[in-house]
Amino acid sequence: MRIIVCIKQVPATNEVKIDPKTGTLIREGIESIINPFDLFALEEGLRLKEAHGGCVFVLSMGPLQARISLKEAMAMGADTAVLLSDRAFAGSDTLATSYTLAAGIKKLGGADIILCGKQSTDGETGQVGPGIAAQLDIPHITCVTKIIKVDHAKKRIVVEREVEEGYEEILTTLPVLLTVEKEINRPRFLTVKGIMRAKKTGVVVWTASDLEIDPSRIGLSGSPTEIVKVFSLPRQKRGIIFSGTPEEQVETLVSKLKEAGYLF
Amino acid sequence: MSKEKEKCALCFKKEDYHGVWVFAEQHNGTISEVVYELLGVGRRLADQLKEKLGAVLIGFNIKKQAQRLIQYGADDVYVVDIEDAARFLEEDYAEVIVKLVEEYKPAVFLFGATALGKSLAPRVASRLQTGLTADCTSLEVDPEEKVLIQTKPAFGSDVMVSIVCRNKRPQMATVRPGVMKKVEMCAARRGNIIENNHIPPLKLRSQVLNFSRKQTEVQLEQAEVVVAVGRGLGKVENLKLIKELAGALGAAIGATRAVVDAGWISYQHQIGQTGKTVAPKIYIACGISGAIQHLVGMQSSEVIIAINKDPEAPIFDYATYGIVGDLMEVVPLLIKRIKTIKNLS
Ligand SMILES: Cc1cc2nc3c(=O)[nH]c(=O)nc-3n(C[C@H](O)[C@H](O)[C@H](O)COP(=O)(O)OP(=O)(O)OC[C@H]3O[C@@H](n4cnc5c(N)ncnc54)[C@H](O)[C@@H]3O)c2cc1C
Ligand SMILES: Nc1ncnc2c1ncn2[C@@H]1O[C@H](COP(=O)(O)O)[C@@H](O)[C@H]1O
Repeated sequence: MRIIVCIKQVPATNEVKIDPKTGTLIREGIESIINPFDLFALEEGLRLKEAHGGCVFVLSMGPLQARISLKEAMAMGADTAVLLSDRAFAGSDTLATSYTLAAGIKKLGGADIILCGKQSTDGETGQVGPGIAAQLDIPHITCVTKIIKVDHAKKRIVVEREVEEGYEEILTTLPVLLTVEKEINRPRFLTVKGIMRAKKTGVVVWTASDLEIDPSRIGLSGSPTEIVKVFSLPRQKRGIIFSGTPEEQVETLVSKLKEAGYLF
Repeated sequence: MSKEKEKCALCFKKEDYHGVWVFAEQHNGTISEVVYELLGVGRRLADQLKEKLGAVLIGFNIKKQAQRLIQYGADDVYVVDIEDAARFLEEDYAEVIVKLVEEYKPAVFLFGATALGKSLAPRVASRLQTGLTADCTSLEVDPEEKVLIQTKPAFGSDVMVSIVCRNKRPQMATVRPGVMKKVEMCAARRGNIIENNHIPPLKLRSQVLNFSRKQTEVQLEQAEVVVAVGRGLGKVENLKLIKELAGALGAAIGATRAVVDAGWISYQHQIGQTGKTVAPKIYIACGISGAIQHLVGMQSSEVIIAINKDPEAPIFDYATYGIVGDLMEVVPLLIKRIKTIKNLS
């Protein structure tokens, strides 16, 4: 079985700064990690391989430094790592990212199962997974909490996904794209053996010219959304901060609430 | 140039796109709550643009719901009432929607940021090659350019970003449940119901085999009083105290992500950008700093009470009433006071 896991390299910290001119993230000088949600996707991919045989590809789009994250994924057990990296990809929104990743998947020869994280911690949209599936014209299931059964010969899969009211058990066909919840598994740790193996294996890097893509649909120019303003919410001192001992403050609060008819 | 591209380049003119659409998500014939909120914000946007508000209603035996959507603000309801819709999933949903968009050309298209909406909207946007902004907390029309300004919290820290989609249509966004205000229902409102039964060929590759309902012990969204807890709690053992306070007030318990990440309480309790949105009568924030990602999930609460030992904590800027102090000291006092009041009455 062929499994492709899409992983994104993200800043390790929440406190990311944005370039006020371009509206894009400033990544320099910030430590990077694999998007935490993608570790669950990778773990699930590795488990599928262990159960059904085959190989696990990890795929990322980003600057060359994302190779470090891909190496880490190989140390966890991925067989092959591919990075789509080109200046022309810079500034991609979720549409351009999905398009480019889909092109990478096509060049890889497709997959039976494509796995994505629920969302990235910097983009925070969860849009890239369904976007890729639409480009590849394959079904997708989001919020997957369990892979129940895979029938590779019949090209069918049964998964469980979480929705507001409960859990749906869904039957669909392969190839499929799944985005996974963090409840799905517990990602494994790196092993020394894995790290050694990853050291010896290179990351394949493809640029725009390696892919069959329409140049007008990638990077900044292929991104219909545009950040026009970045701002902080004005601080709006609107409340009453009590003073006095804790007893007095609690007393004032209780009487305010009673006055306003909120307590009994 | 690919064929598809050629076709687009020839036929796409953004001036051809008019009106505001909302996706009228429904499950087993019941319209989701968020749809009324979308109609609320959609109504305002349509009025500002001086254009019509449309709702897209897809399902089986759902025609009768169309009138309700009109009563809540829609001018036009585009109905696709077909048997297959009772069981199809996002892939086919998306194709039906894409066809409607290509036919009627809305300028703005809003989805609820529900499990279905968050899965469906990006598929539709990707098929239409248009922009989509996730989890908007505010939507405005730029008066000159007439473009939709979509604002959302971003990148950790207390930063908001405004996003536009200038050159593609429709301008798409998902909106979190609980953020926008509904409009009043008006039984006398009139509108058009437009039935569409020419649907594209369906693939029907996915189907739901089984559904198991979640046990919902946490009725956070419905609670009138919410006691929410942050990292200021210190350690999981102290949760006892919060439970006691919630018990005394008949409140549901909410939490920040920091508390959920620490494993002190389950994700179902998380309030904020990546959790639930609540708007209770009383919201008591105990040991919560007031990060923007948390605030977006509770700032519409009627009365916000903050207990925090740091007088500079941002939560105080949003609190109706603030107590500066150690929650381990303040909360027991509060419990005691509430219990005495209860016993007296
Ligand atoms: C993409 C993204 C999405 C996010 N989504 C969410 C979300 O959905 N919900 C959410 O809540 N957060 C979310 N966050 C995290 C958010 O940015 C904050 O980190 C988090 O809300 C902080 O939680 P906190 O207030 O409990 O902790 P802290 O920020 O650590 O604050 C603890 C507070 O407790 C006070 N305190 C400490 N001890 C005491 C004491 N004894 N008595 C009284 N007060 C005390 C401190 O003064 C401090 O103000 C998200 C972050 C990112 C980057
Ligand atoms: N640049 C990227 N490279 C590889 N995978 C990505 C990239 N961006 C997003 N993804 C995948 O899409 C998921 C959702 O990301 P997002 O839509 O940004 O929240 C992530 O968890 C990844 O699996």
